[in-house]
Amino acid sequence: MRKVAVIGAGMTRFVRRALETPKELSWEAARMALESCELTMDDIDAVCFGTAPDAFDGVHMNGEYASDGAGGWRKPFMRSYVGGGTGVFVPIQGWYHVASGMFDVVLVVAEEKMSSYYPHAQAAFLTIFDHTTERPLGPNLLWIFALEMNRYMSTYGLKKEDIARVAVLHKRNAAAHPCALLGDANITVEDVLNSEVLAWPVQRLDVSPVSDGAVAIVLAAEHVAKRLTDKPVWIEGVGWHLDTAYWTNRDLVYPRYVEYAARMAYEMAGIKEPRKEIHIAEPYDPFDYKALHHLEGLQLAPRGRAIELYLDGTAERDGDLPICPSGGLLGVGNPIAAAGLMKIAELFWQLRGEAGERQVPGNPRRGVAQAWGDLMQVGTVVVMGR
Amino acid sequence: MTVRFKQFPGVSLSEEDFRQGKVLYQMDELKAEYAWDSGIAIGTYLAGLKRGVILGVRCSHCRKVVVPPRTVCEWCFRPMEEYVELPDTGTVNTFSLCYITWDMRRISEPEIPAVIHLDGTSELGPSSVIMGGILHKLGEVDPKEVHIGMRVQAVWKPAAERTGAITDILYFKPIR
Repeated sequence: MRKVAVIGAGMTRFVRRALETPKELSWEAARMALESCELTMDDIDAVCFGTAPDAFDGVHMNGEYASDGAGGWRKPFMRSYVGGGTGVFVPIQGWYHVASGMFDVVLVVAEEKMSSYYPHAQAAFLTIFDHTTERPLGPNLLWIFALEMNRYMSTYGLKKEDIARVAVLHKRNAAAHPCALLGDANITVEDVLNSEVLAWPVQRLDVSPVSDGAVAIVLAAEHVAKRLTDKPVWIEGVGWHLDTAYWTNRDLVYPRYVEYAARMAYEMAGIKEPRKEIHIAEPYDPFDYKALHHLEGLQLAPRGRAIELYLDGTAERDGDLPICPSGGLLGVGNPIAAAGLMKIAELFWQLRGEAGERQVPGNPRRGVAQAWGDLMQVGTVVVMGR
Repeated sequence: MTVRFKQFPGVSLSEEDFRQGKVLYQMDELKAEYAWDSGIAIGTYLAGLKRGVILGVRCSHCRKVVVPPRTVCEWCFRPMEEYVELPDTGTVNTFSLCYITWDMRRISEPEIPAVIHLDGTSELGPSSVIMGGILHKLGEVDPKEVHIGMRVQAVWKPAAERTGAITDILYFKPIR
């Protein structure tokens, strides 16, 4: 397998409702990514595109529909779709396009426009519940998160006011992100605990916002990357994994799908002690407890103890293991597929020392990004280093 | 990036922009109706519910008993054909008190969805798989009293009203 580097990245602002269409958002992000490494579409051998369910847009084959904005016309083009895991899977797809020797330079674009769906994008997710054994009960999407959060909290005796620290840190981090939707430098634990109860134990500020946005990165094989930049960021390991489709048969207390995906990526990257060898973590954080859950799956904290990283300051931007220095989904926003690729772009900027106000000190060398999809079933993990 | 880019694309719209007619848009409704065949395993499960019985299925190879039934064992990839009548009791594995509907409308009396681990099904180690977990709702209970580990029993529709659906069980209630 050939070495593969990220050499460029770009993104739009994440907003509650964008004027731009999915094609237009894709084009803006793709153009910025190309400009950032001074390439043009002529230099791109293939395009990988990620967008989550067609239901958001009400367009069948939405990837092909938006392909012109992503630069897919007259190129080998393929959309990948693993639900919320898409944003971290689509760079994996790009990685094997290049690692295999098939292509030298690949453009990876992830886009999501959730605002078109009325009255609320949440309802577009209902079809992930089983049509015969679950949907007649009238579920809404928050049920599963509330059920999982309660199981996780109760098993380990975690307190709501501790878990709220995750939302607070991520939203504060996002205040320094120019594309963020919900950055707030002054938010407090009380704000989170006083927000509306949606599905106990989930409250309004425990949840990431519905958003529109797009992110793009450029991947290149080693010989090309070294010609184009003196600061390539290598994709050192990738992993993905699927848990049972019968989500009620899973003990929701621990995300095995993340563990297996992480072990695959760490083995490829030669990582034996992730807690010591990873310098920045961007776990998937659509809900605050979910970041904790995923940190445990990523083997960055013992089971039930990820919260300690937040309580003792380890997770802060200048801590020993900065977590979601971007601001994560809770702060920057959650346009599904784009949100995952935002984490990859953040690692790229952080590891190159280009993250500006958000820069993690100490010249971090290695980071991990992770996303999850469907009914807590798909785990996708990428390890990047310089 | 923050050092390379000074401006970021993306124009944010507000509800006010729509009210004032600043944005043109197209409204449409998709029509989609389906009749899902229940299949072999779930068909058997539904027929069981119609006569007031919860059916699990056993793998002839690894001997696991799971609910909902399926025709292939996920662990062994071998057929699951032996249906087992289970008691209609179980334990609350987790629950929520939900104050919103699927379309984000607020409700004052919470719905109580729960994962219920049915009795008579298999269990693996402490942090892995609960073979007999199903999604349902709790009823006849004060929301404040619901807790993980609570013992519950199915409350069935009258036999004449059952149709062979998951809703033939109205909800689960605490065993007192």
